[in-house]
Amino acid sequence: MELYSLTIHELHELLKKREVSSKEATESVLKRMESIDEKVNSYITVTHKLAMEQAKRADENIKQGKVNTLTGIPLAIKDILCIKGVRTTCGSRILEDFIAPYDATVIKRLKEKDTVFVGRTNMDEFAMGSSTETSYFGTTRNPWDLDCVPGGSSGGSAAAVSADECIGALGTDTGGSIRQPAACCGMVGLKPTYGRVSRFGLVAFASSLDQIGPMTKDVKDTAILLNEICGYDHRDSTSVNVGVPDYTQVLGKEVKGMAAGIPREYFIEGIDKEVEQTVKEAIKVLEGLGMEIKEVSLPHTEYAVAVYYLIAPAEASSNLARYDGVKYGYRTSESEGLLDMYKLSRSEGFGTEVKRRIMLGTYALSAGYYDAYYKKASQVRTLIRNDFEKAFRECDVIVTPTTPTPAFKIGEKADDPLKMYLSDIFTIPANLAGIAGISLPCGFSSSGMPIGLQLLANSFEEEKLLKVSHAYEQHTKWHLEKPDLKT
Amino acid sequence: MKIDRKEVEHVAQLARLKFDEAQLEMFMHQMNNILEYFDKLQDLDTSGIEPTSHAVVLNSVFRDDAAEELFDKDLLLKNAPAKEKGCFKVPKVIE
Repeated sequence: MELYSLTIHELHELLKKREVSSKEATESVLKRMESIDEKVNSYITVTHKLAMEQAKRADENIKQGKVNTLTGIPLAIKDILCIKGVRTTCGSRILEDFIAPYDATVIKRLKEKDTVFVGRTNMDEFAMGSSTETSYFGTTRNPWDLDCVPGGSSGGSAAAVSADECIGALGTDTGGSIRQPAACCGMVGLKPTYGRVSRFGLVAFASSLDQIGPMTKDVKDTAILLNEICGYDHRDSTSVNVGVPDYTQVLGKEVKGMAAGIPREYFIEGIDKEVEQTVKEAIKVLEGLGMEIKEVSLPHTEYAVAVYYLIAPAEASSNLARYDGVKYGYRTSESEGLLDMYKLSRSEGFGTEVKRRIMLGTYALSAGYYDAYYKKASQVRTLIRNDFEKAFRECDVIVTPTTPTPAFKIGEKADDPLKMYLSDIFTIPANLAGIAGISLPCGFSSSGMPIGLQLLANSFEEEKLLKVSHAYEQHTKWHLEKPDLKT
Repeated sequence: MKIDRKEVEHVAQLARLKFDEAQLEMFMHQMNNILEYFDKLQDLDTSGIEPTSHAVVLNSVFRDDAAEELFDKDLLLKNAPAKEKGCFKVPKVIE
Protein backbone atom coordinates (compact mmCIF):
# COMPACT_ATOMS: atom_id res chain seq x y z
CA MET A 1 0.00 0.00 0.00
CA GLU A 2 1.45 3.33 -1.10
CA LEU A 3 1.06 6.22 1.33
CA TYR A 4 -0.48 8.46 -1.34
CA SER A 5 -3.44 6.10 -1.69
CA LEU A 6 -4.51 6.44 1.96
CA THR A 7 -7.49 8.35 3.30
CA ILE A 8 -7.12 11.15 5.84
CA HIS A 9 -8.18 8.93 8.73
CA GLU A 10 -5.95 6.03 7.65
CA LEU A 11 -2.88 8.25 7.32
CA HIS A 12 -3.74 9.94 10.62
CA GLU A 13 -3.61 6.57 12.43
CA LEU A 14 -0.14 5.88 11.03
CA LEU A 15 1.12 9.39 11.85
CA LYS A 16 -0.25 9.21 15.38
CA LYS A 17 1.45 5.88 16.01
CA ARG A 18 4.56 7.37 14.40
CA GLU A 19 4.76 4.47 11.97
CA VAL A 20 5.24 6.98 9.17
CA SER A 21 6.16 10.67 9.13
CA SER A 22 4.38 13.51 7.42
CA LYS A 23 7.58 13.97 5.41
CA GLU A 24 7.29 10.45 4.04
CA ALA A 25 3.59 10.88 3.25
CA THR A 26 4.17 14.25 1.59
CA GLU A 27 7.05 12.91 -0.49
CA SER A 28 4.89 9.98 -1.55
CA VAL A 29 2.14 12.34 -2.74
CA LEU A 30 4.60 14.66 -4.50
CA LYS A 31 6.17 11.69 -6.25
CA ARG A 32 2.76 10.46 -7.35
CA MET A 33 2.02 13.92 -8.76
CA GLU A 34 5.34 13.91 -10.61
CA SER A 35 4.61 10.56 -12.21
CA ILE A 36 1.02 11.06 -13.35
CA ASP A 37 0.05 14.73 -13.38
CA GLU A 38 1.44 15.22 -16.85
CA LYS A 39 -1.46 13.02 -17.97
CA VAL A 40 -4.18 14.22 -15.60
CA ASN A 41 -3.29 17.92 -15.19
CA SER A 42 -4.95 18.24 -11.78
CA TYR A 43 -2.57 20.93 -10.64
CA ILE A 44 -1.82 24.47 -11.76
CA THR A 45 0.94 24.93 -9.19
CA VAL A 46 2.83 22.38 -7.11
CA THR A 47 3.84 23.97 -3.79
CA HIS A 48 6.73 21.60 -3.20
CA LYS A 49 8.79 23.85 -0.93
CA LEU A 50 5.84 24.98 1.22
CA ALA A 51 4.69 21.37 1.57
CA MET A 52 8.07 20.13 2.78
CA GLU A 53 8.33 22.98 5.30
CA GLN A 54 4.83 22.25 6.61
CA ALA A 55 5.56 18.51 6.79
CA LYS A 56 8.70 19.20 8.79
CA ARG A 57 6.78 21.33 11.24
CA ALA A 58 4.03 18.74 11.51
CA ASP A 59 6.59 16.02 12.27
CA GLU A 60 8.14 18.16 15.01
CA ASN A 61 4.72 18.65 16.58
CA ILE A 62 3.88 14.95 16.28
CA LYS A 63 7.13 14.12 18.07
CA GLN A 64 5.99 16.34 20.95
CA GLY A 65 2.67 14.52 21.03
CA LYS A 66 0.80 17.46 19.47
CA VAL A 67 -1.29 15.67 16.91
CA ASN A 68 -4.82 16.35 15.74
CA THR A 69 -6.88 14.72 12.98
CA LEU A 70 -5.29 16.82 10.22
CA THR A 71 -1.71 17.18 11.43
CA GLY A 72 0.69 16.42 8.61
CA ILE A 73 -2.01 15.43 6.09
CA PRO A 74 -1.17 16.44 2.47
CA LEU A 75 -4.10 18.35 0.99
CA ALA A 76 -4.77 19.92 -2.41
CA ILE A 77 -6.34 23.38 -2.48
CA LYS A 78 -8.45 24.70 -5.32
CA ASP A 79 -6.67 27.63 -6.94
CA ILE A 80 -9.40 30.06 -5.87
CA LEU A 81 -8.56 30.13 -2.14
CA CYS A 82 -5.87 32.60 -1.09
CA ILE A 83 -2.72 31.19 0.49
CA LYS A 84 -0.40 33.96 1.63
CA GLY A 85 2.71 34.23 -0.50
CA VAL A 86 1.49 31.61 -2.98
CA ARG A 87 0.28 32.21 -6.54
CA THR A 88 -3.53 32.13 -6.72
CA THR A 89 -4.70 32.17 -10.34
CA CYS A 90 -8.40 31.22 -10.34
CA GLY A 91 -7.59 29.44 -13.58
CA SER A 92 -7.34 32.82 -15.29
CA ARG A 93 -4.74 34.66 -17.31
CA ILE A 94 -5.81 37.83 -15.51
CA LEU A 95 -4.47 36.42 -12.20
CA GLU A 96 -1.62 34.42 -13.73
CA ASP A 97 0.99 36.17 -11.58
CA PHE A 98 -1.15 37.10 -8.57
CA ILE A 99 0.53 36.32 -5.24
CA ALA A 100 -2.06 36.31 -2.45
CA PRO A 101 -1.15 38.82 0.27
CA TYR A 102 -3.17 37.04 2.97
CA ASP A 103 -4.65 33.66 3.93
CA ALA A 104 -8.29 32.77 3.39
CA THR A 105 -9.97 31.93 6.71
CA VAL A 106 -10.21 28.23 5.81
CA ILE A 107 -6.50 28.22 4.95
CA LYS A 108 -5.68 29.90 8.25
CA ARG A 109 -7.70 27.25 10.09
CA LEU A 110 -5.99 24.39 8.26
CA LYS A 111 -2.56 25.93 8.92
CA GLU A 112 -3.39 26.05 12.62
CA LYS A 113 -4.03 22.30 12.38
CA ASP A 114 -0.61 21.72 10.77
CA THR A 115 -1.90 20.39 7.47
CA VAL A 116 0.35 20.26 4.41
CA PHE A 117 -0.55 22.03 1.16
CA VAL A 118 0.89 20.10 -1.79
CA GLY A 119 -0.53 22.24 -4.57
CA ARG A 120 -3.16 24.41 -6.17
CA THR A 121 -5.70 22.53 -8.24
CA ASN A 122 -6.98 23.36 -11.68
CA MET A 123 -10.46 24.78 -12.21
CA ASP A 124 -12.69 26.44 -14.74
CA GLU A 125 -11.74 30.10 -15.02
CA PHE A 126 -13.20 31.93 -12.02
CA ALA A 127 -15.14 28.70 -11.30
CA MET A 128 -17.33 29.33 -14.35
CA GLY A 129 -17.78 25.99 -15.99
CA SER A 130 -18.67 22.34 -15.55
CA SER A 131 -15.62 20.68 -17.11
CA THR A 132 -12.36 22.63 -16.35
CA GLU A 133 -12.21 23.30 -20.11
CA THR A 134 -12.39 27.05 -19.49
CA SER A 135 -9.14 27.03 -17.46
CA TYR A 136 -6.35 29.16 -18.91
CA PHE A 137 -3.99 26.39 -17.79
CA GLY A 138 -5.47 23.57 -19.90
CA THR A 139 -8.16 20.97 -19.25
CA THR A 140 -7.89 18.47 -16.41
CA ARG A 141 -8.54 14.92 -17.54
CA ASN A 142 -10.80 12.42 -15.84
CA PRO A 143 -8.63 9.71 -14.21
CA TRP A 144 -11.27 7.09 -15.15
CA ASP A 145 -11.01 7.98 -18.85
CA LEU A 146 -8.46 10.55 -19.95
CA ASP A 147 -10.64 11.55 -22.92
CA CYS A 148 -13.43 12.65 -20.57
CA VAL A 149 -13.79 15.81 -18.51
CA PRO A 150 -13.45 15.53 -14.71
CA GLY A 151 -16.45 17.83 -14.25
CA GLY A 152 -16.08 21.31 -12.89
CA SER A 153 -15.41 23.77 -11.75
CA SER A 154 -13.45 21.96 -8.99
CA GLY A 155 -12.33 19.36 -11.54
CA GLY A 156 -8.67 19.59 -10.53
CA SER A 157 -9.47 18.82 -6.88
CA ALA A 158 -11.77 15.94 -7.87
CA ALA A 159 -9.22 14.42 -10.25
CA ALA A 160 -6.39 14.85 -7.72
CA VAL A 161 -8.36 12.98 -5.03
CA SER A 162 -9.52 10.28 -7.41
CA ALA A 163 -6.04 9.75 -8.91
CA ASP A 164 -4.42 9.68 -5.43
CA GLU A 165 -2.47 12.86 -6.14
CA CYS A 166 -3.41 14.09 -2.66
CA ILE A 167 -5.00 12.69 0.48
CA GLY A 168 -7.93 15.11 0.45
CA ALA A 169 -8.86 18.44 -1.09
CA LEU A 170 -10.89 21.61 -0.83
CA GLY A 171 -13.19 22.77 -3.57
CA THR A 172 -15.86 25.43 -3.96
CA ASP A 173 -19.44 25.06 -5.10
CA THR A 174 -21.53 27.85 -6.65
CA GLY A 175 -23.91 25.76 -8.78
CA GLY A 176 -22.55 22.26 -8.24
CA SER A 177 -18.80 22.80 -8.62
CA ILE A 178 -17.96 20.37 -5.78
CA ARG A 179 -20.72 17.79 -6.25
CA GLN A 180 -20.69 17.50 -10.04
CA PRO A 181 -16.92 16.81 -10.38
CA ALA A 182 -17.12 14.50 -7.33
CA ALA A 183 -19.76 12.49 -9.21
CA CYS A 184 -17.74 12.52 -12.45
CA CYS A 185 -14.57 11.33 -10.70
CA GLY A 186 -16.14 8.83 -8.30
CA MET A 187 -15.35 10.45 -4.96
CA VAL A 188 -17.10 12.29 -2.13
CA GLY A 189 -17.81 16.03 -2.19
CA LEU A 190 -19.92 18.10 0.17
CA LYS A 191 -21.33 21.58 -0.29
CA PRO A 192 -22.08 22.99 3.15
CA THR A 193 -25.05 25.21 3.95
CA TYR A 194 -24.58 28.80 2.77
CA GLY A 195 -23.01 30.68 5.70
CA ARG A 196 -21.54 27.53 7.29
CA VAL A 197 -17.98 28.09 6.03
CA SER A 198 -16.34 31.51 5.84
CA ARG A 199 -15.84 32.84 2.32
CA PHE A 200 -13.15 35.29 3.41
CA GLY A 201 -10.22 34.83 1.03
CA LEU A 202 -12.28 32.90 -1.50
CA VAL A 203 -12.03 34.82 -4.77
CA ALA A 204 -15.65 35.83 -5.37
CA PHE A 205 -17.68 34.50 -8.29
CA ALA A 206 -21.33 34.74 -7.16
CA SER A 207 -21.32 35.86 -3.56
CA SER A 208 -24.83 34.72 -2.63
CA LEU A 209 -24.13 31.18 -3.87
CA ASP A 210 -20.43 30.37 -3.29
CA GLN A 211 -19.46 27.89 -0.56
CA ILE A 212 -16.21 26.07 0.25
CA GLY A 213 -16.33 22.35 1.00
CA PRO A 214 -14.35 19.11 1.38
CA MET A 215 -13.60 16.68 -1.48
CA THR A 216 -12.34 13.35 -0.19
CA LYS A 217 -11.90 9.61 -0.70
CA ASP A 218 -14.64 8.63 1.73
CA VAL A 219 -17.43 10.05 3.90
CA LYS A 220 -15.46 9.88 7.15
CA ASP A 221 -12.77 12.12 5.62
CA THR A 222 -15.42 14.61 4.58
CA ALA A 223 -16.69 14.76 8.17
CA ILE A 224 -13.14 15.22 9.49
CA LEU A 225 -12.32 18.03 7.07
CA LEU A 226 -15.71 19.69 7.58
CA ASN A 227 -15.08 19.79 11.34
CA GLU A 228 -12.09 22.03 10.77
CA ILE A 229 -13.34 24.44 8.12
CA CYS A 230 -16.77 25.30 9.54
CA GLY A 231 -17.61 28.06 11.96
CA TYR A 232 -18.37 31.71 12.39
CA ASP A 233 -16.00 34.33 11.00
CA HIS A 234 -16.55 38.03 11.53
CA ARG A 235 -14.63 38.72 8.32
CA ASP A 236 -17.48 37.25 6.25
CA SER A 237 -20.71 39.21 6.70
CA THR A 238 -22.72 36.19 5.52
CA SER A 239 -21.11 33.81 8.00
CA VAL A 240 -23.79 32.41 10.31
CA ASN A 241 -23.08 32.07 14.00
CA VAL A 242 -24.39 28.56 14.61
CA GLY A 243 -22.45 26.05 16.73
CA VAL A 244 -20.38 23.46 14.88
CA PRO A 245 -21.03 19.87 15.99
CA ASP A 246 -18.42 17.12 15.79
CA TYR A 247 -19.50 15.75 12.43
CA THR A 248 -17.77 12.41 13.00
CA GLN A 249 -20.18 11.61 15.85
CA VAL A 250 -23.01 10.66 13.49
CA LEU A 251 -20.93 8.16 11.52
CA GLY A 252 -22.02 4.58 12.09
CA LYS A 253 -25.37 5.60 13.59
CA GLU A 254 -28.54 3.88 12.45
CA VAL A 255 -30.56 5.47 9.67
CA LYS A 256 -33.62 3.32 10.33
CA GLY A 257 -36.79 5.38 10.36
CA MET A 258 -35.28 8.38 8.59
CA ALA A 259 -37.26 9.52 5.58
CA ALA A 260 -35.72 9.89 2.12
CA GLY A 261 -37.67 12.07 -0.30
CA ILE A 262 -37.46 11.28 -4.01
CA PRO A 263 -38.39 14.33 -6.09
CA ARG A 264 -40.32 13.23 -9.14
CA GLU A 265 -39.01 16.24 -11.11
CA TYR A 266 -35.46 14.84 -10.99
CA PHE A 267 -36.27 11.69 -12.92
CA ILE A 268 -37.13 13.34 -16.18
CA GLU A 269 -36.80 12.94 -19.91
CA GLY A 270 -33.17 13.38 -20.92
CA ILE A 271 -31.61 11.69 -17.92
CA ASP A 272 -29.21 8.91 -18.86
CA LYS A 273 -30.86 5.49 -18.41
CA GLU A 274 -27.86 3.98 -16.62
CA VAL A 275 -27.72 6.93 -14.23
CA GLU A 276 -31.41 6.57 -13.49
CA GLN A 277 -31.13 2.82 -12.95
CA THR A 278 -28.05 3.11 -10.73
CA VAL A 279 -29.60 5.81 -8.55
CA LYS A 280 -32.80 3.78 -8.21
CA GLU A 281 -30.72 0.83 -7.02
CA ALA A 282 -29.03 3.12 -4.48
CA ILE A 283 -32.47 4.16 -3.22
CA LYS A 284 -33.29 0.46 -2.74
CA VAL A 285 -30.15 0.13 -0.63
CA LEU A 286 -31.32 3.02 1.55
CA GLU A 287 -34.69 1.32 1.88
CA GLY A 288 -32.93 -1.87 2.88
CA LEU A 289 -31.17 0.08 5.63
CA GLY A 290 -34.58 0.85 7.09
CA MET A 291 -35.17 4.26 5.59
CA GLU A 292 -38.66 5.26 4.63
CA ILE A 293 -38.80 6.15 0.92
CA LYS A 294 -41.43 8.66 -0.19
CA GLU A 295 -42.08 10.72 -3.27
CA VAL A 296 -41.81 14.47 -2.85
CA SER A 297 -42.31 17.31 -5.29
CA LEU A 298 -40.03 20.23 -6.13
CA PRO A 299 -42.29 21.79 -8.77
CA HIS A 300 -40.02 24.70 -9.75
CA THR A 301 -36.99 22.55 -10.57
CA GLU A 302 -37.29 23.18 -14.30
CA TYR A 303 -36.73 26.91 -13.74
CA ALA A 304 -33.57 26.53 -11.65
CA VAL A 305 -31.05 26.66 -14.49
CA ALA A 306 -32.58 29.86 -15.90
CA VAL A 307 -32.66 31.46 -12.43
CA TYR A 308 -29.07 30.47 -11.75
CA TYR A 309 -27.72 31.70 -15.08
CA LEU A 310 -29.26 35.09 -14.40
CA ILE A 311 -28.29 35.48 -10.75
CA ALA A 312 -24.78 34.03 -10.91
CA PRO A 313 -23.65 36.08 -13.96
CA ALA A 314 -25.26 39.21 -12.48
CA GLU A 315 -23.24 38.80 -9.30
CA ALA A 316 -20.16 37.84 -11.30
CA SER A 317 -20.35 40.89 -13.53
CA SER A 318 -20.25 43.01 -10.40
CA ASN A 319 -17.57 40.98 -8.58
CA LEU A 320 -15.28 40.84 -11.60
CA ALA A 321 -15.43 44.58 -12.16
CA ARG A 322 -12.42 44.75 -9.83
CA TYR A 323 -10.12 43.32 -12.51
CA ASP A 324 -9.12 46.49 -14.27
CA GLY A 325 -5.36 46.17 -14.54
CA VAL A 326 -4.67 48.77 -11.84
CA LYS A 327 -3.95 47.25 -8.43
CA TYR A 328 -3.21 43.64 -9.37
CA GLY A 329 -3.61 41.22 -12.22
CA TYR A 330 -2.88 41.40 -15.91
CA ARG A 331 -2.47 44.76 -17.66
CA THR A 332 -2.34 45.18 -21.42
CA SER A 333 1.01 46.27 -22.80
CA GLU A 334 -0.28 49.06 -24.98
CA SER A 335 -3.35 51.25 -24.66
CA GLU A 336 -4.70 54.67 -25.51
CA GLY A 337 -5.65 56.15 -22.16
CA LEU A 338 -7.20 54.78 -18.98
CA LEU A 339 -10.55 53.55 -20.33
CA ASP A 340 -8.85 51.76 -23.18
CA MET A 341 -6.43 50.21 -20.69
CA TYR A 342 -9.37 48.83 -18.65
CA LYS A 343 -11.05 47.40 -21.72
CA LEU A 344 -7.97 45.83 -23.25
CA SER A 345 -6.68 44.41 -19.96
CA ARG A 346 -10.05 42.77 -19.29
CA SER A 347 -10.54 41.58 -22.86
CA GLU A 348 -7.06 40.06 -23.05
CA GLY A 349 -7.08 38.76 -19.46
CA PHE A 350 -10.47 37.00 -19.34
CA GLY A 351 -11.38 33.92 -21.34
CA THR A 352 -14.50 33.55 -23.50
CA GLU A 353 -16.79 31.91 -20.91
CA VAL A 354 -16.01 34.57 -18.29
CA LYS A 355 -16.68 37.32 -20.81
CA ARG A 356 -19.94 35.63 -21.83
CA ARG A 357 -21.12 35.59 -18.22
CA ILE A 358 -20.02 39.17 -17.59
CA MET A 359 -22.01 40.17 -20.68
CA LEU A 360 -25.10 38.21 -19.58
CA GLY A 361 -24.90 39.61 -16.06
CA THR A 362 -24.31 43.17 -17.18
CA TYR A 363 -27.27 42.89 -19.53
CA ALA A 364 -29.55 41.40 -16.84
CA LEU A 365 -28.70 44.26 -14.48
CA SER A 366 -28.81 47.04 -17.05
CA ALA A 367 -31.47 49.75 -17.16
CA GLY A 368 -34.72 48.51 -18.65
CA TYR A 369 -34.05 44.80 -18.12
CA TYR A 370 -33.56 44.57 -14.36
CA ASP A 371 -37.21 43.77 -13.59
CA ALA A 372 -37.67 41.30 -16.43
CA TYR A 373 -34.52 39.35 -15.62
CA TYR A 374 -32.75 39.87 -12.30
CA LYS A 375 -35.83 40.65 -10.22
CA LYS A 376 -37.87 37.92 -11.88
CA ALA A 377 -35.09 35.38 -11.26
CA SER A 378 -34.81 36.45 -7.59
CA GLN A 379 -38.56 35.93 -7.18
CA VAL A 380 -38.44 32.47 -8.73
CA ARG A 381 -35.51 31.78 -6.41
CA THR A 382 -37.96 32.33 -3.54
CA LEU A 383 -40.32 29.77 -5.09
CA ILE A 384 -37.46 27.24 -5.33
CA ARG A 385 -36.59 27.84 -1.66
CA ASN A 386 -40.23 27.37 -0.72
CA ASP A 387 -40.31 24.06 -2.61
CA PHE A 388 -37.47 22.73 -0.47
CA GLU A 389 -38.95 24.08 2.73
CA LYS A 390 -42.16 22.21 2.00
CA ALA A 391 -40.38 19.01 0.96
CA PHE A 392 -38.25 18.95 4.12
CA ARG A 393 -41.41 18.95 6.22
CA GLU A 394 -41.96 15.45 4.85
CA CYS A 395 -38.45 14.00 4.74
CA ASP A 396 -34.98 14.18 6.31
CA VAL A 397 -32.97 14.03 3.12
CA ILE A 398 -33.76 14.34 -0.57
CA VAL A 399 -32.15 11.73 -2.83
CA THR A 400 -31.36 12.44 -6.50
CA PRO A 401 -28.76 11.76 -9.17
CA THR A 402 -25.93 14.32 -8.94
CA THR A 403 -25.69 14.70 -12.71
CA PRO A 404 -27.99 13.75 -15.60
CA THR A 405 -25.17 11.84 -17.35
CA PRO A 406 -21.75 10.43 -16.43
CA ALA A 407 -18.69 12.54 -17.36
CA PHE A 408 -18.85 13.66 -20.99
CA LYS A 409 -16.05 13.73 -23.53
CA ILE A 410 -13.63 16.66 -23.67
CA GLY A 411 -14.88 19.11 -26.31
CA GLU A 412 -18.36 17.57 -26.47
CA LYS A 413 -20.16 20.60 -25.03
CA ALA A 414 -17.46 23.23 -25.31
CA ASP A 415 -19.11 25.05 -28.23
CA ASP A 416 -22.65 25.06 -26.86
CA PRO A 417 -22.87 27.11 -23.66
CA LEU A 418 -26.54 26.37 -23.02
CA LYS A 419 -25.96 22.61 -23.29
CA MET A 420 -23.08 22.94 -20.84
CA TYR A 421 -25.25 24.99 -18.44
CA LEU A 422 -27.93 22.29 -18.43
CA SER A 423 -25.46 19.72 -17.06
CA ASP A 424 -25.81 21.48 -13.68
CA ILE A 425 -29.57 21.00 -13.53
CA PHE A 426 -29.59 18.74 -10.43
CA THR A 427 -27.01 20.61 -8.38
CA ILE A 428 -28.03 24.24 -8.93
CA PRO A 429 -31.24 24.24 -6.83
CA ALA A 430 -29.32 23.57 -3.58
CA ASN A 431 -27.18 26.69 -4.11
CA LEU A 432 -30.21 28.83 -4.87
CA ALA A 433 -31.91 27.60 -1.69
CA GLY A 434 -28.70 27.76 0.38
CA ILE A 435 -29.12 24.19 1.65
CA ALA A 436 -26.47 21.47 2.11
CA GLY A 437 -25.69 18.74 -0.41
CA ILE A 438 -23.31 15.84 -0.87
CA SER A 439 -22.36 13.61 -3.79
CA LEU A 440 -21.00 10.12 -3.26
CA PRO A 441 -20.16 7.28 -5.63
CA CYS A 442 -23.02 4.82 -6.24
CA GLY A 443 -21.87 2.75 -9.20
CA PHE A 444 -20.51 2.82 -12.73
CA SER A 445 -21.84 3.11 -16.26
CA SER A 446 -21.29 0.26 -18.73
CA SER A 447 -18.31 2.21 -20.09
CA GLY A 448 -16.77 2.29 -16.62
CA MET A 449 -17.49 5.90 -15.67
CA PRO A 450 -18.50 6.73 -12.08
CA ILE A 451 -22.07 7.72 -11.23
CA GLY A 452 -22.87 10.03 -8.32
CA LEU A 453 -25.68 9.91 -5.77
CA GLN A 454 -26.74 13.29 -4.44
CA LEU A 455 -28.28 13.79 -1.01
CA LEU A 456 -29.69 17.15 0.02
CA ALA A 457 -30.59 18.26 3.54
CA ASN A 458 -32.07 21.40 5.00
CA SER A 459 -29.81 24.26 6.12
CA PHE A 460 -27.35 23.31 8.88
CA GLU A 461 -28.34 19.65 8.70
CA GLU A 462 -25.02 18.38 7.32
CA GLU A 463 -25.12 15.69 10.00
CA LYS A 464 -28.06 14.01 8.26
CA LEU A 465 -26.15 13.95 4.98
CA LEU A 466 -23.10 12.41 6.60
CA LYS A 467 -25.10 9.86 8.58
CA VAL A 468 -27.00 8.55 5.54
CA SER A 469 -23.95 8.75 3.22
CA HIS A 470 -21.80 6.84 5.65
CA ALA A 471 -24.43 4.13 6.15
CA TYR A 472 -24.75 3.78 2.36
CA GLU A 473 -21.00 3.75 1.85
CA GLN A 474 -20.44 1.08 4.50
CA HIS A 475 -23.00 -1.08 2.79
CA THR A 476 -21.79 -0.70 -0.79
CA LYS A 477 -18.02 -0.01 -0.97
CA TRP A 478 -18.11 1.89 -4.29
CA HIS A 479 -15.69 4.34 -2.70
CA LEU A 480 -12.97 1.69 -2.65
CA GLU A 481 -12.83 1.48 -6.46
CA LYS A 482 -9.83 3.24 -8.00
CA PRO A 483 -9.07 4.26 -11.58
CA ASP A 484 -6.37 2.28 -13.33
CA LEU A 485 -3.75 4.88 -14.19
CA LYS A 486 -0.74 3.22 -15.68
CA THR A 487 2.32 5.20 -14.69
CA MET B 1 -36.61 39.21 -25.71
CA LYS B 2 -34.00 39.61 -28.42
CA ILE B 3 -30.77 41.49 -28.19
CA ASP B 4 -29.45 43.22 -31.31
CA ARG B 5 -25.97 44.05 -32.40
CA LYS B 6 -26.12 47.64 -31.14
CA GLU B 7 -27.20 46.45 -27.72
CA VAL B 8 -24.38 43.92 -27.51
CA GLU B 9 -21.95 46.77 -28.19
CA HIS B 10 -23.63 48.88 -25.51
CA VAL B 11 -23.43 46.07 -22.92
CA ALA B 12 -19.76 45.50 -23.83
CA GLN B 13 -19.13 49.19 -23.22
CA LEU B 14 -20.85 48.97 -19.80
CA ALA B 15 -18.81 45.86 -18.95
CA ARG B 16 -15.56 47.49 -20.10
CA LEU B 17 -14.93 44.80 -22.71
CA LYS B 18 -13.77 45.20 -26.27
CA PHE B 19 -14.70 42.75 -29.05
CA ASP B 20 -13.92 42.41 -32.73
CA GLU B 21 -16.63 41.86 -35.33
CA ALA B 22 -16.58 38.07 -35.14
CA GLN B 23 -16.80 38.09 -31.34
CA LEU B 24 -19.72 40.53 -31.35
CA GLU B 25 -21.55 38.23 -33.74
CA MET B 26 -20.80 35.18 -31.60
CA PHE B 27 -21.92 36.81 -28.35
CA MET B 28 -25.08 38.17 -29.96
CA HIS B 29 -25.97 34.74 -31.25
CA GLN B 30 -25.18 32.92 -27.99
CA MET B 31 -26.82 35.52 -25.77
CA ASN B 32 -29.99 35.34 -27.81
CA ASN B 33 -29.97 31.58 -27.51
CA ILE B 34 -29.60 31.81 -23.73
CA LEU B 35 -32.07 34.69 -23.34
CA GLU B 36 -34.62 32.69 -25.26
CA TYR B 37 -34.20 29.91 -22.72
CA PHE B 38 -34.64 32.45 -19.89
CA ASP B 39 -38.02 33.41 -21.36
CA LYS B 40 -39.52 30.36 -19.69
CA LEU B 41 -39.41 32.34 -16.43
CA GLN B 42 -42.03 34.67 -17.87
CA ASP B 43 -44.52 31.75 -17.76
CA LEU B 44 -44.56 31.97 -13.98
CA ASP B 45 -46.77 34.43 -12.17
CA THR B 46 -44.55 35.96 -9.50
CA SER B 47 -46.70 38.90 -8.51
CA GLY B 48 -46.45 39.48 -4.79
CA ILE B 49 -43.47 37.10 -4.37
CA GLU B 50 -40.59 38.59 -2.36
CA PRO B 51 -37.28 38.29 -4.21
CA THR B 52 -34.48 36.30 -2.53
CA SER B 53 -31.08 37.95 -2.68
CA HIS B 54 -29.46 35.73 -0.04
CA ALA B 55 -30.50 32.33 1.26
CA VAL B 56 -29.75 33.24 4.88
CA VAL B 57 -31.14 36.03 7.00
CA LEU B 58 -28.44 38.64 7.16
CA ASN B 59 -27.88 40.99 10.05
CA SER B 60 -25.50 43.90 9.97
CA VAL B 61 -22.34 43.13 11.88
CA PHE B 62 -20.75 45.92 13.87
CA ARG B 63 -17.33 46.20 15.38
CA ASP B 64 -15.39 48.93 17.10
CA ASP B 65 -13.78 51.40 14.77
CA ALA B 66 -10.30 50.19 15.61
CA ALA B 67 -7.57 49.09 13.24
CA GLU B 68 -7.13 45.31 13.30
CA GLU B 69 -4.71 43.91 10.82
CA LEU B 70 -2.58 46.18 8.71
CA PHE B 71 -1.34 44.89 5.41
CA ASP B 72 2.20 45.54 4.45
CA LYS B 73 2.26 48.22 1.74
CA ASP B 74 5.15 46.65 -0.15
CA LEU B 75 3.41 43.27 -0.14
CA LEU B 76 0.26 44.78 -1.64
CA LEU B 77 2.19 46.77 -4.21
CA LYS B 78 4.03 43.64 -5.26
CA ASN B 79 1.04 42.61 -7.39
CA ALA B 80 0.69 46.00 -9.07
CA PRO B 81 1.23 45.93 -12.86
CA ALA B 82 2.84 49.39 -12.64
CA LYS B 83 3.90 51.42 -9.63
CA GLU B 84 5.94 54.46 -8.72
CA LYS B 85 6.91 55.98 -5.38
CA GLY B 86 4.67 53.64 -3.42
CA CYS B 87 1.64 54.34 -5.59
CA PHE B 88 -0.28 52.48 -8.32
CA LYS B 89 0.59 53.95 -11.69
CA VAL B 90 -2.08 54.32 -14.39
CA PRO B 91 -2.18 55.94 -17.82
CA LYS B 92 -2.87 59.67 -17.90
CA VAL B 93 -6.49 60.34 -16.88
CA ILE B 94 -6.90 64.01 -17.82
CA GLU B 95 -5.65 65.30 -21.14
